[in-house]
Amino acid sequence: MKYKIEKIGKGAAGVIEELGYAVMLFIDSVYWLILGRVNKQPVSLQLIFSQAMQIGVTAIPIVIILCFCVGTMLAIQGLETLKPYGAQAQVVTGIAISVTREFASLITGIIVAGRSGSAIAARIGTMKESQEIDALQVMGINPVRYLAAPALLAMLIVMPVLTIVGDLMGLMGGAVYTSYELGMSVSVYMSRSFEVISVYDFLQGIIKSIVFAMLIVIVSVLNGFQVKGGAEGVGLATTRAVVMSISAIVIADMIFTFFLTRI
Amino acid sequence: MTVNKSQLVIQVNNLITHYGSKKILNDVSLEVKKGEIMVIMGGSGSGKSTLLRYMLGLNKPSSGSIRLLGTDITKMSENQLHQMKKKIGVSFQGGALFGSMSVSENIQLPLREHARLDESTMRIMSHMKLEVVNLAGFEDLMPSQLSGGMIKRAALARAIILDPQLLFFDEPSAGLDPVVSAELDELILRLRDAMGMTIVVVTHELESAFKIADKITILDRGDILMCGTVDEVKKSNNERIYNLLHRKPRRDKVDVDEYLQRLTGKSLKNNPVMKTTPGNDS
Repeated sequence: MKYKIEKIGKGAAGVIEELGYAVMLFIDSVYWLILGRVNKQPVSLQLIFSQAMQIGVTAIPIVIILCFCVGTMLAIQGLETLKPYGAQAQVVTGIAISVTREFASLITGIIVAGRSGSAIAARIGTMKESQEIDALQVMGINPVRYLAAPALLAMLIVMPVLTIVGDLMGLMGGAVYTSYELGMSVSVYMSRSFEVISVYDFLQGIIKSIVFAMLIVIVSVLNGFQVKGGAEGVGLATTRAVVMSISAIVIADMIFTFFLTRI
Repeated sequence: MTVNKSQLVIQVNNLITHYGSKKILNDVSLEVKKGEIMVIMGGSGSGKSTLLRYMLGLNKPSSGSIRLLGTDITKMSENQLHQMKKKIGVSFQGGALFGSMSVSENIQLPLREHARLDESTMRIMSHMKLEVVNLAGFEDLMPSQLSGGMIKRAALARAIILDPQLLFFDEPSAGLDPVVSAELDELILRLRDAMGMTIVVVTHELESAFKIADKITILDRGDILMCGTVDEVKKSNNERIYNLLHRKPRRDKVDVDEYLQRLTGKSLKNNPVMKTTPGNDS
């Protein structure tokens, strides 16, 4: 019994420690992004650019495909549920709002967490295991500035852009299916969608994508830095990074949706 | 014999370190003079890699001071430590080259971070250092394409790119064939003679240690057994040192009570420190 209580206590302390570490990591990354240049230790533009390429540009095809599929799926379900009420035309509003507020940012977040969250954790973890992080430190290169800050800024730039791509593709998916089913032309569908979507709906998705970007980077970098135990440790950290960042995204999404719909 | 303080490049005083609750280094004191090659020896788990990590400022000690080039690194601010690191070169055991960068990019990284130079100057400087370590012509290869000896030499080239006053070298000959390790020994001697660097080498290779060392410090289970010249070490009649030099297995007397305690897992308070940080010693 005593052993169990001790175990719970240690677990709780571990969680709090990790949370504290995550907050410190975030503050540190932001510090280097803002004040690095003043301290003559700027965050490398080249690294930010290459990270943005890796995280963002290469993710565009998969974001296009998956958001299109989600849009189509919403159209199928929407038409099916609205049929008994004869309100099929209302499907446009439903898709437009749910895609821009919710699905584009969520799907993009999950894709990026899976692709880049794992990549960031694996890269940092491998570097730690092969003493490359130590090497950075003895060279006087702060590992947070060199590894976390570029990824954070790149992610903050790229996620909203990917979300906008996701918005358009989600609407497009809905449009293609609806035009096939209701005989409504794609251009009419799109223009009606844009009439329905307010700036607020659009911004809700963008704000979420920014929050997701921070969560993915911090969770992944955190897991990467905590790697121990060789190749197996790197594998575990990678899995943990993906699972934790997707969970964080979904939970944060729920909380944000709750508050943002009340404004 | 008293040494002029300004000649001391490294001064470790009463260093005590812990890994978790385990004591790893037990009141270690060490001095290295300018232009000296100090070899730190000891078996696996003796604490030599741990001592190196602390001297590099990678960990904060429980107590004691570590003065490098006249200033205490345990009391430095981040900024001072940053400045200090420009004067220090380190070559890690596995090389620790960045896998995503080519050899020349690896070597140029400290330049890129610490000096404002144009590309061609940096390229020339990295080529010069590659010439020093006999690795010219390999600048565009990736670390994964290099052999063990080449990785060590490339890591050495990166360590000396800023012409440090102080060079640390972790296990230069571990895992290398005798010819390559002899070449590395020569290289270390040449660096000291040509550039006047103070060099600290951590190793357990006897032959290499005797060849390059001005002084040898022998660590055993977190204590310094002795610190002296090669001849003094060879003449030492300490049993542990004798065992280390003559490849004799340890024959420690078994304390029955303690052995039982270890088996039953009760009251381990007086258990002597046996191991250092896992993974650093091989």
